[in-house]
Amino acid sequence: MTESTGSVLEIRDLHVTVGEGDETKEILRGVDLTIRSGETHAIMGPNGSGKSTLAYSIAGHPKYTITGGTVTLDGEDVLEMTVDERARAGLFLAMQYPVEVPGVSVSNFLRTAKTAVSGEAPKLRTWVKDVRTEMEALEMDSAFAERNVNEGFSGGEKKRHEILQMGLLKPKIAILDETDSGLDVDALRVVSEGVNRAKANSAVGVLLITHYTRILRYIEPDFVHVFVAGRVVEEGGKELADKLEAEGYASYLKADAEAAAIS
Amino acid sequence: MPENQTPDTIAGPAESAALASELFADGVGAQAGPPTTPAEGTGGPAGAHSHGGPAPTGSPAERFTSTDPDDFPVVTGREEEWRFTPLKRVRTLLEGAASGARLEVETDLPAGVELTTVGADDPLLKGLPEPVDRLAALTRVNAGGATVVRIPAEAQLDRPVTLSMRGSGAADVVWGMTVIEVGAFAEATVVLDHSGRANYSGGVAVVVGDGARVELVSVQDWAPGAVHGGQYDAVVGRDATYTQVVVTLGGDLVRLVSNVDYTSTGGTADLSGVYFADETQHQEHRLWVDHSTPNCTSNVVYKGALQGEQAHTVWVGDVRIRPAATGTETYELNRNLVLTDGARADSVPNLEIETGEIVSAGHASATGRFDDEQLFYLCSRGIDAETARRLVVRGFFADVVQKIGVPALADRLMGSIEQRLGALPGLEEQEHPEGELQPA
Repeated sequence: MTESTGSVLEIRDLHVTVGEGDETKEILRGVDLTIRSGETHAIMGPNGSGKSTLAYSIAGHPKYTITGGTVTLDGEDVLEMTVDERARAGLFLAMQYPVEVPGVSVSNFLRTAKTAVSGEAPKLRTWVKDVRTEMEALEMDSAFAERNVNEGFSGGEKKRHEILQMGLLKPKIAILDETDSGLDVDALRVVSEGVNRAKANSAVGVLLITHYTRILRYIEPDFVHVFVAGRVVEEGGKELADKLEAEGYASYLKADAEAAAIS
Repeated sequence: MPENQTPDTIAGPAESAALASELFADGVGAQAGPPTTPAEGTGGPAGAHSHGGPAPTGSPAERFTSTDPDDFPVVTGREEEWRFTPLKRVRTLLEGAASGARLEVETDLPAGVELTTVGADDPLLKGLPEPVDRLAALTRVNAGGATVVRIPAEAQLDRPVTLSMRGSGAADVVWGMTVIEVGAFAEATVVLDHSGRANYSGGVAVVVGDGARVELVSVQDWAPGAVHGGQYDAVVGRDATYTQVVVTLGGDLVRLVSNVDYTSTGGTADLSGVYFADETQHQEHRLWVDHSTPNCTSNVVYKGALQGEQAHTVWVGDVRIRPAATGTETYELNRNLVLTDGARADSVPNLEIETGEIVSAGHASATGRFDDEQLFYLCSRGIDAETARRLVVRGFFADVVQKIGVPALADRLMGSIEQRLGALPGLEEQEHPEGELQPA
């Protein structure tokens, strides 16, 4: 998709809390990230570091309160947009735990979403072909389209369904929240190939959130960001992932604890 | 849907035999509370779920019936069968004043279908199941006869039988009695389509001949201010299939009591309902399926949505499996979708099992809020909040609405539900209770 080249998602000093009153907890504590079309960024971090909060905050989940900073897509203020406006602007979030929507078929859902994102109903013939091609590539049975959205899906089916949507909706920037979690090797390969196909087809910028380095063997990151306690603590190329693979997060956590003790 | 869900299934004869023997051990007797009787004062605020308390209340194992209104005490509101009903709003009906007021009825009768009326003394009426409460008995008396729809044996109708019944807005109570007689092996769909404004109390009896397949669709699409009470009886013949779909959308108060009896073996009753209560509407659906013969099946699915202050729905599903009803297969389900704060859904399933030799018996009841996570998921794909909400509600009702064997009617009802969804607040404006989503 040519018009997506040149897109840039800029996150500046983003602060996010959850909860209200005395229960308020700051999860993101000044996140800076820039993701451009065609780039793949991996965000790696231990559990509870705020990786998913970052993903959901960008997508606009109402549970999270933005207390500071900015998020812009090609200069437009993302934080001012409703959830659906963000998607129509070109953002996509592949969720770690996709939600079941009983009574709504996958085919109806996909068509409705595509119509919303592109502003007009897709041409029936090409659309049916696109869906079928994409599903075949993701090794999904055609009967899948008649099932209800995520209802009774296995973990692997849910993730394939997320990547199916990414392939069909053609976002400018896609955030993949632990898409690799819970997948066996075959499913991981299929899902990763789906992401790589989307990258090749549309130069989508990818923000890949993961706990493990495993998926990075299939999807090669241009940048790796280590995320600890609500912010990026180290950045580098893919060699940084190798270091994490070997050493884990212990040294970062220790440094963070020391920093917290001093401050 | 974040909700309190309690699927109870007693599957298989062995398990239920054990349960039955426990329940009906010496000295306990058949009148003992069933395993699923609700606690006193069930209901409560939206999201509350009445189920499984130890206090033996719920419906009595034997139900009193009579054609004489005076055999029933004057309703006080403390009775089990009236305790959820705002009596003030049904007072005109319960006062029982005779009246000559009628609904305007338009009929569409396929060839072969006969429409007649019979007088109060007609033997047909004497043979019907008796009224189960005072209002139904008043109705039987005041209707002074009945409208009878006869579908001959082995008939195959080319279209549904439709009775469009319209209230003219008169203050006088309209009393009505409709009997639908379906001959053996006939196949028919009958639609009772209520609209307009009326104070209406209508009895409906469907006599399903052996081997017949009948669907009764009762639509309560009343104008605001209408009050509708009614007792629906189905008498299901040998190997017959009775399908009932109740759709309650309009009116100020609707209270329908649906009963099923089986005359012989092999009968099937499939009872479904869809209801949508807006601000101040009271919609009450009570069911009583009485399995007294072997090898019969019943399946109950009622789904409701509520929005607005003081919207109140009540669902009470009683299934009784008597000692002779071996080989029974029964399941009942009620789900409520609470769209806004301030609405209240009461849901009371009761299952009484008096024989262990059944195929299966179970029930489930769940009341949940509109699921913000579903909305978020759909919106995150570019779908605007209103469309997303429509998809979710349409999906929620889909399986029941699909049972309506008249596609045009199903579309009309779904459209009418969707129209009423418009006034809901947006995703961002809703409150978000803690703990629904815990991304790592």
